[in-house]
Amino acid sequence: MTASQQAKLDARQVSLTRYNDRTKQYLEVLRDIDLQVFEGELVTIVGPSGCGKTTFLNAVDGLIKLTAGRILVDNCQVSGPGPDRAFVFQNDCLFPWRTVLRNVAYGLEIQGKLPQREMTARAREIVELVGLQGFAEHYPHELSGGMRQRVNIARALVMEPKLLLLDEPFAALDAQTREFMQVELLKILARARTTALFITHQINEAVILSHRVAVFSARPARIKEIIKIDLPPVRALALKHEPKFVEIERHIWRLIEEEAVRPDMAAAA
Amino acid sequence: MSAIPHPDAAALQAKLPPGPAWWKRNENWVLGTVSVLVFLALWEASAAYKWVNPLFTSSPTRIVLTGTEMFADGSIYEHIAVSGYEFVFGYGLALVIGVPLGILMGWYGRVNAVLEPFVSALYATPRIALLPLILIWLGIGVASKVAIVFLGAVFPILVNTITGVRTVEADFIKVARSFGANDWQLFLTVALPSSVPMLLAGLRLGLGHALVGIVVGEMYGATQGLGYLIANAGARFQTDKVMVGIILIASAGVAMTELLRRIERRFERWRPNFRG
Repeated sequence: MTASQQAKLDARQVSLTRYNDRTKQYLEVLRDIDLQVFEGELVTIVGPSGCGKTTFLNAVDGLIKLTAGRILVDNCQVSGPGPDRAFVFQNDCLFPWRTVLRNVAYGLEIQGKLPQREMTARAREIVELVGLQGFAEHYPHELSGGMRQRVNIARALVMEPKLLLLDEPFAALDAQTREFMQVELLKILARARTTALFITHQINEAVILSHRVAVFSARPARIKEIIKIDLPPVRALALKHEPKFVEIERHIWRLIEEEAVRPDMAAAA
Repeated sequence: MSAIPHPDAAALQAKLPPGPAWWKRNENWVLGTVSVLVFLALWEASAAYKWVNPLFTSSPTRIVLTGTEMFADGSIYEHIAVSGYEFVFGYGLALVIGVPLGILMGWYGRVNAVLEPFVSALYATPRIALLPLILIWLGIGVASKVAIVFLGAVFPILVNTITGVRTVEADFIKVARSFGANDWQLFLTVALPSSVPMLLAGLRLGLGHALVGIVVGEMYGATQGLGYLIANAGARFQTDKVMVGIILIASAGVAMTELLRRIERRFERWRPNFRG
């Protein structure tokens, strides 16, 4: 798991202020965020809830425009959604009227560059990569929560993105499934050789998955600290009980706690 | 998912007492049939024993006899043909205009803003109230009936299609956008498939309105058709003939509703409550 030093994502001085139509107020969400994600790396963003993590991820995907700063993916400036990035949504958001295979093929269909047969072949490959062989012709409602998230991840991976963006993909899963999916995700990403930016609320999830963890401050979000996770490259769930793991976890928790109790949070919420 | 049959399934089945299992499988069907038969028998008896004057209620055997006669002498075919024609053209026109217009109105806010007042006003008006106007414009021939069937069916179809297209889940739109879908792709891959259930429900609603349109239209001013047959026979106290007309229209309605339901099932295999 050695990350080469080429930045896949380079966010420079990213700031974002939003206007709320209903309350007629401006809200500063992001302030001067500098964040790099290098090739082969998995970086996780944690921070107090409502701090703007998802907004940042949406901005990287090009779904929201910045107020200031630049986001570069592979040295190209982001101006809208593009095939170099793929988004894994929090609620799996699978199209219920499409089978697993056709959900996975969705992005390729929209892109419309490949002939039908090749699209199907590639989608089938990815369905197997995420461990869903035998379920290609099932509809989403026939799958468990964990399986649906696998489809959600597969739908993004099929695009062979330079950067995979994951917005709390395991938030809706039960605790047990969630832990298994964490290890599973690492295996999938290793097989697909993908660089990823991951958002979560759960600190131990951040630590077990990441090469580095970026802690966001309360709103307006700035980067409070970036922690390099110095744990063995092959992660197993047992690692969560190691003293070193617990120590890192505690350190991050303290950082977030400092933010969460800041008095202006109450006003902002 | 297909269930793997137990190797001894047949043997297990044979061991079960035959009575209760058979009853469980066929209970609804048997009860339904029995209740209908009892009803028919009572009806027949009430006429045969003069509990009620059959002039008012007719009776199953009289209806069957009259019906056979009407088919035998061929007098009923022209009525069926005329009503069928009115339905096919009126409902067909409602379909051809209602669905595309509904999609346009659901998808483009401006189109909706322009047409919405008319649709709302006409949807709220009992379409039958327009019948005198339509007769003045189109005469008492088939055209006025086609128009009234069309007006009856087009609004439920239109309104349901608009709602279906309009109520696409925001999350699905976000997914499509994130994959770089343009407006047209968004429409084809998200808005259209997710509005199919609403659209089909609209077709079923429209069907009922269309049948009402046929009957009332023909009663009010016509010289042919099943509605005319019913009204005309009623005026002459020919209860048997009235009943034959009612039964024909009702069966056509049931058959077409069933057909639409099958189409709905075909389109809704992905629904969680789907029962093949």
